[in-house]
Amino acid sequence: MKIKKELWFGFTLMAIILTVVFIYTPWSNFADGHLDHADLGALGLLMLALIVVAIMLGFPTAFTLMGMGMFFGWLAYRSSNPEFATRQILDLMVQRAYSVMSNDVLIAIPLFVFMGYLVERANLIDKLFKSLHLSLARVPGALAVATIVTCAIFATATGIVGAVVTLMGLLALPAMLRGGYGIQLAAGAITAGGCLGILIPPSVLLIVYGATAGVSVVKLYAGAFFPGLMLASLYVGYVILIAKWKPHLAPPLSAAERFVPLPPLSTALAPKGNNAVAGLWSGLLNSALPKRAVSTQLLISLLPAIAIAAFLAVMYFSATAPAQNLDTTGLVQAGGGVTNDTDTPSEAGGLVEPPTESDGLAEPPKELGALAEPPLAAAEAEVTSPAPAKAVEPTASVSNATDAKPAAAATARDPVPTWYWIVLALGLGCLALITRMMNWQRLEIFKMLLASFFPLAIMIIAVLGSIVFGLATPTEAAAVGALGGLILAGAYRYAAAKRESSASAVMKTARELGGIIKESSFLTAKTSAMVCWLFVGSSIFSASFALLGGQDIIERWVLSMGLSTVQFMLLSQFIIFILGWPLEWTEIIVIFMPIFIPLLPKFGVDPLFFGLLVALNLQTAFLSPPVAMAAFYLKGVSPPHVTLNQIFAGMMPFMGIQVIALTILYIWPQIGLWLPGLLYK
Amino acid sequence: MQQLLLLIDRISTFVGQAFSWLIVSLTLMISWEVFSRYVLDHPHAWAFDAMIMQYGTLFMMAGAYTLAKNGHVRGDVLYSFFEPRTQATLDLILYILFFIPGVVALTYAGFFYAAESWAMNEHSNITADGPAIYPFKTMLPLAGGILLLQGIIEIIRCVICVKTGVWPSRVNDVQEVDVDKLKEMVHVKDEDIQALDKYVTPVRGAK
Repeated sequence: MKIKKELWFGFTLMAIILTVVFIYTPWSNFADGHLDHADLGALGLLMLALIVVAIMLGFPTAFTLMGMGMFFGWLAYRSSNPEFATRQILDLMVQRAYSVMSNDVLIAIPLFVFMGYLVERANLIDKLFKSLHLSLARVPGALAVATIVTCAIFATATGIVGAVVTLMGLLALPAMLRGGYGIQLAAGAITAGGCLGILIPPSVLLIVYGATAGVSVVKLYAGAFFPGLMLASLYVGYVILIAKWKPHLAPPLSAAERFVPLPPLSTALAPKGNNAVAGLWSGLLNSALPKRAVSTQLLISLLPAIAIAAFLAVMYFSATAPAQNLDTTGLVQAGGGVTNDTDTPSEAGGLVEPPTESDGLAEPPKELGALAEPPLAAAEAEVTSPAPAKAVEPTASVSNATDAKPAAAATARDPVPTWYWIVLALGLGCLALITRMMNWQRLEIFKMLLASFFPLAIMIIAVLGSIVFGLATPTEAAAVGALGGLILAGAYRYAAAKRESSASAVMKTARELGGIIKESSFLTAKTSAMVCWLFVGSSIFSASFALLGGQDIIERWVLSMGLSTVQFMLLSQFIIFILGWPLEWTEIIVIFMPIFIPLLPKFGVDPLFFGLLVALNLQTAFLSPPVAMAAFYLKGVSPPHVTLNQIFAGMMPFMGIQVIALTILYIWPQIGLWLPGLLYK
Repeated sequence: MQQLLLLIDRISTFVGQAFSWLIVSLTLMISWEVFSRYVLDHPHAWAFDAMIMQYGTLFMMAGAYTLAKNGHVRGDVLYSFFEPRTQATLDLILYILFFIPGVVALTYAGFFYAAESWAMNEHSNITADGPAIYPFKTMLPLAGGILLLQGIIEIIRCVICVKTGVWPSRVNDVQEVDVDKLKEMVHVKDEDIQALDKYVTPVRGAK
């Protein structure tokens, strides 16, 4: 029998670990039957080495940890008190298991997982990808950029790497290959993008880290937001650079691929002028055309303008609000402004009566927003009230409306700060630019975005916003997010069913939705059981490790090396990076974080910051062979001649970018720590 | 024998799937609680306990189900490169070495833990007048028991595989990444993927 080289590699590694352990274990000390303090510590290290070997053998990790933790914990108890050892270890196990069962941090995991499965099954990814690649058509490397953006959004909402990579492999890979893209670039963009979901909150990884390290999940979410965006933009930047530098790897889209078919109404109006807003305005006066349809289109074309105006209005209110007792209130208000801004399009969409496709789809997030952010309801009502009035007027009056409304209520307000005028000018500039740029093609693309991108983005922002601004706990936000995912799935399935046959659409949707809920809950049960049982195992294991005093030994050993903080950070991140090759992130976090975390205060490292670095670092765990799940999922759906090696080669530059991102975050920790510092001081 | 294996599989699956519906009730309950607290200004004291109990029961009772579907995370460095017989031998040893002692101990200890809770009629102390906690603690030995049963079945599977060199079959179940279903969802057919090969080969040739 020929042994494969992977096996050789693994066995060699195991043999090295075992040899080192057996040489350095003080067997003679154990032989006398009495274990003193130092012996126990050595036993702890032995346990740690054995667990690495046992995990590599491939037995379900949760039970390996449980069994080994029990055995070594019993030894530890026996050394001090032989009569009660069995009772003590049983008590320890059951208490550890119960503490996982009643853990109020881990409870968010099944809910976020459930939300992810529901969103995945909403069947919106092809719409999302298509609308994004059309709207990004002019960017160099458009398809790859659209892939990364789609992945980032979809992976954030679902958090299921395998499904995202598979789906993008089915949608984006054919599109990119047909567009003449290099295989490696295409594969890299899909796999790297698909993994973003574990970093960008709401991610399960951060919950698991928070539960292990005792760091607030809220802070982790606030902190991981910008590093996640940074990583995504570095990916995009890299793709654009490649597209500019080596155009043959990422050729621009041909005119045929950029073409967007216009609906009859637009075709009728298009000859009169290129600008959609003006065209629709004049169409409103033309009695030959159906008035309702024209005004609906006009309203949609004005949505960005309305959103900007609403944003400016909210900014005005928060900027001139009479100075309040605490800074934080201002922050919450400003935050509310941001959320409002994105909420408004859907709200305005909901005002239009004729149920065009985009309206029906845009509505659910509105409900979600209302559920997730009740305190903002009043503010929202304020913002939307001028909107219907403005909507029928040409854009010029929008600025009037913005100015006029505050003027009435300005009596007790602060003078307008200068920065507000700058923002106002910028906003009005954007508004004018968007209105001017809105030609018929762009109107269609915008409508597509409205039906795919915005509902998902609003849902994520609502979930995240309510967590980060302290309106809801992660658990509550996750539950509401899951409900939002359910509504989203229902809405998309309903739209699809309606297109096919309008008669039985409701029944069909209900049936499909029932199936989706059933499948999603089964999957959720399995995934949560996997993560939480692993947690049960690891908490028994780490309790035993602490009992044996293994932690002390490691601590003394690390401190005796006399590392500086920088060296310690480099070493720890390097170890995690290496562990990411053979192990999965769940195992790395629940087994090895309890060892690293107690060391952090000794070096003055913030566990929050460390968590962000770890989350960024573990991105590589998905991309590094041989356990690069992402590559195997992509291989499963790619054409037969795309080889695994090509996919691995394509992932390498993106792994490099991850390391660069890690370095950037390390040099400028403020990228991660600024937002939590601002919000929770 | 195969019948027995599949029967126990079905029992674990049934229990796990029955309890997996808790996620739906959990979602609805928390959403309602959020609505009730923020909009109706009427929070419920028992909500937190109810949340925790549903979550804990959900994942504990799904443990055997996950094991039946081979869903517990494995360190997959070498495992998938092994022959089935090697896999089964290793699994068999480790089941007896780690799984059986660990789960037996957990179930045994859980039984007395729950019995104690029943005996003193324990109620949650997170809020005043908290709900009874002993049914929740009873889940621990129950989940352990089913897990143990499923574990024994897995051991039998390993023995069969060591003898025959083939893994005995499992009952099919919904999968996290079901490629065929995903293909159907985005309307991609196998022929389409095959057809793409013409874009692949020239690029490789050019290098």
